[in-house]
Amino acid sequence: MTDLTKLTLAEARDGLAKGDYTSVELTQAHLKSMEAHRNLNAYITETPDKAIEMAKVSDAKRAKGDAGNMEGLPIAVKDLFCTEGVQTTAASHILEGFKPEYESTVTSKLFDNGAVMLGKANLDEFAMGSANTSSYYGNVINPWKGKDGKNLVPGGSSGGSAAAVAGGMALAATGTDTGGSIRQPASYCGIVGLKPTYGRCSRWGVVAFASSLDQAGPMTKTVRDAAIMLGSMAGHDAKDSTSAPMAVPDFEAALTGDIRGMKIGIPKEYRVDGMPEEISKLWENGVAMLRDAGAEVVDVTLPHTKYALGTYYIVAPAEASSNLARYDGLRYGQRVMDEGDSLDDMYSKSRAAGFGKEVQRRIMIGTYVLSAGYYDAYYNKALKVRRRIYEDFANAFGKVDAILAPTAPSAAFAIGENEDDPVKMYLNDVFTVPASLAGLPGLSLPAGLSSEGLPLGLQLIGKPFDEETVLRVGGVLESAANFTAKPFGQEG
Amino acid sequence: MTYIIEGSTGPWEIVVGLEVHCQVVSNSKLFSGASTKFGNDANSNVSLVDAAMPGMLPVINAECVRQAVKTGLGLKAQINKESVFSRKNYFYADLPQGYQISQFDKPIVGKGTIILDMPDGTTKSVGIERLHLEQDAGKSMHDQDPKYSHIDLNRSGVALMEIVSDPDIRHPEEAGAYLTKLRAIVRYLGTCDGNMNEGSMRCDANVSVRRPGEPFGTRCEIKNVNSIRFVMQAIEIEAKRQVEVLESGGEIIQQTRLFDQRLGETRAMRSKEMAHDYRYFPDPDLLPLVFDDAFIAEIEKTLPELPDEKKARFINENGLSAYDAGVLVAEKEKADYYEIVAKGRDGKLAANWVITNLFGALNKAEVGIAESPVTAENLGKLIDLISNDTISGRIAKDVFEIMIETGGDPEKIVEEKGLKQITDTGAIETAIDEVIAANPDKVQEIRDGKDRMLGWFVGQVMKSTGGKANPGMVNKMLRDKILG
Repeated sequence: MTDLTKLTLAEARDGLAKGDYTSVELTQAHLKSMEAHRNLNAYITETPDKAIEMAKVSDAKRAKGDAGNMEGLPIAVKDLFCTEGVQTTAASHILEGFKPEYESTVTSKLFDNGAVMLGKANLDEFAMGSANTSSYYGNVINPWKGKDGKNLVPGGSSGGSAAAVAGGMALAATGTDTGGSIRQPASYCGIVGLKPTYGRCSRWGVVAFASSLDQAGPMTKTVRDAAIMLGSMAGHDAKDSTSAPMAVPDFEAALTGDIRGMKIGIPKEYRVDGMPEEISKLWENGVAMLRDAGAEVVDVTLPHTKYALGTYYIVAPAEASSNLARYDGLRYGQRVMDEGDSLDDMYSKSRAAGFGKEVQRRIMIGTYVLSAGYYDAYYNKALKVRRRIYEDFANAFGKVDAILAPTAPSAAFAIGENEDDPVKMYLNDVFTVPASLAGLPGLSLPAGLSSEGLPLGLQLIGKPFDEETVLRVGGVLESAANFTAKPFGQEG
Repeated sequence: MTYIIEGSTGPWEIVVGLEVHCQVVSNSKLFSGASTKFGNDANSNVSLVDAAMPGMLPVINAECVRQAVKTGLGLKAQINKESVFSRKNYFYADLPQGYQISQFDKPIVGKGTIILDMPDGTTKSVGIERLHLEQDAGKSMHDQDPKYSHIDLNRSGVALMEIVSDPDIRHPEEAGAYLTKLRAIVRYLGTCDGNMNEGSMRCDANVSVRRPGEPFGTRCEIKNVNSIRFVMQAIEIEAKRQVEVLESGGEIIQQTRLFDQRLGETRAMRSKEMAHDYRYFPDPDLLPLVFDDAFIAEIEKTLPELPDEKKARFINENGLSAYDAGVLVAEKEKADYYEIVAKGRDGKLAANWVITNLFGALNKAEVGIAESPVTAENLGKLIDLISNDTISGRIAKDVFEIMIETGGDPEKIVEEKGLKQITDTGAIETAIDEVIAANPDKVQEIRDGKDRMLGWFVGQVMKSTGGKANPGMVNKMLRDKILG
């Protein structure tokens, strides 16, 4: 019997449809794999009983001829999505033990479409990080190993989701992307990650980091899988005012394999100083593959790119400083208080004990940039630059159908690296942040290996609500790159 | 109207601006579907959004937007077709989100005007700077437990309109007139119930003093005063305090103060240095609030006749004085009552009865117009009884007394008590003859030119007929008999 954890989402879907195996079998195989790979710490909470229960219900539904698009497919859910009755932590101590009485819109849709939840995937605390080292529940280990055998980071913040998919612990996973949190870990773990257009998926029930940037998306083994899963996540939600009132296209149908005549832009500003040779090479290879497939590759300019990272690290912390004010120890989560403490004492103690260093750092940055006297110099200016960045893209998309760039400036690095220097850590997001600020769809797919034998991702950025083009070009690039390498222990 | 504080160093003028929070009349809250019903059990009107559960998002309630636009139109103010919700960030136990969603630099309503009706019948115009929508906070209860404060989130997220006046007010009475008028307008519009004692209308007063003609002085803000009378008192007391500080060589420190009505003083709450930095920024969970002219036009169609227009109509069509018209339109219920009484009758006579007799009686009984024992229909009937000479004006007052006590129908009262006016000349003549026969000396006095004795005869006849004789007829017939 085939190893069910090695299937793609599309293969598993078809296998279930043919009756090759049941959802319960598929789910059990993944639960076993989760057990075997617990050392990677990809999950904060495993929900095996719920998974089996959901799989049984799914098999029964299928037997009645009532199968949804994700029917019976076991997935990991990033622990930033509120799940009814299942602990939701955002990888923070402050939410430890919090069991929501509601289900996020995205997970509701997935479950309505038949998906089975295996557990809640680890992440950086409140999705703040690029290495999944800021989780209160411990860092996640990348299933891939370098030549020296050191443990590597899976990227972040959706590191648990990426590791779970790469390591055969889930067929697919939900992620969220604020400045690269789907795409960068996808790149580090050799999987596909799609950040949809801002407004494509509802944010209702997703623990907020930076509201104007947060966007949920699929993390999968293939581009086709991403198309399938996005179809079950997307759609207008009246409960989220920023959700777009647009119909959900058949994303899978966009994978025609034909990109002849399409124009792909190469932004010269992404050729940053000190870009590693292997990243440049990867990018050039990507250009060649698209050209070979009949696309026209043209240079475009995104002049405000160099301000993107600075802008992001003002806007995101500013919003976060306000979004995280609700974790005050009063209504849910952790409360730290001693006899005779005042309300302010309780706030200070609860938040000091509940939030990790990186979260505290960003709350302080955000509070600072919004303060009287600094608002115009930082936050207001950042909003203006953000507008310019958006206009850069709008101009470029006047000429091209999609933009090709690297996903991250490097392959996965060793755990502990970059920890002493937050700015260096922030640089991991340099290629992903601009599309986030502009609200554009971005797809990362594995396109090559580093000299260390680690996966490297290429990123396709599309026009607003044109995930279809991004997926179509991504599908072609995926076939051409023919990325077949697997993490240690996952080969063959 | 001028209000000058005569200090030891000369005269001072007061400058006041008011910020009024009006709770919007709506079924559900500004950004959630929870009920706004007053008086429900603590924490029963709370949605996941109001409790700021993780991942919850606000969705604007269109009804609250309509109410704000309606109020803006009622204040003859500029309606901003694009406005922005911002977050005002601060920590407090009754603020679950850790921020209040409010409007900062782009409010839904801009400049407008309120015309004040002063007690002396004059009017004064006060500018409205802006009106914006914002969420109310929950309520802290400090008397439920010896150690802990309890929080009721029923009010958390309820829509408020904050209406900010220009610093145009120069007299404590103008502040009172402003609040009275604003309350009348929102009540007419049905956008706020205006009940200050229930907290659905709350007032902050910004007070400063200056030498007449000089630039504005430093102001202090008196927070959360909960009745019109207290607002006037607080302004008076605070202005006096400021004059005393300045005259003794001190300086006014910009600060927030509390009014203690029991001690009759204002006390510092926090100074500018200790003031919160609210870190306002546009709420990224909400898109800018945008609507078109058609939306405004649709609301405009639903506007009722407002106090100023009603007052003008009462003056022009019913012939009332500005003062009487002002008294009647001050409350919509009073105006409605008057209109029923005046319908098809003499407008001035109706106004006299409503203002002098009815309001006088209601004031004495300390009840509102809504609890009036005398219905507008019955008061109208009473006036008809006078007009068609069924009873005299004097008898009418007696009947009215009975109506106030029993709430009865004046026609029945007159019938039952036999108070019908005697217009039968024969009956009156008999009464006159009896009085004349009994007082020949007094008759002679009149004939000798002592005209005022005629009044004495009228009184005697009225007395002998139990006040029921038509006084005009009595007068005329007496004159004819004695002098004729």
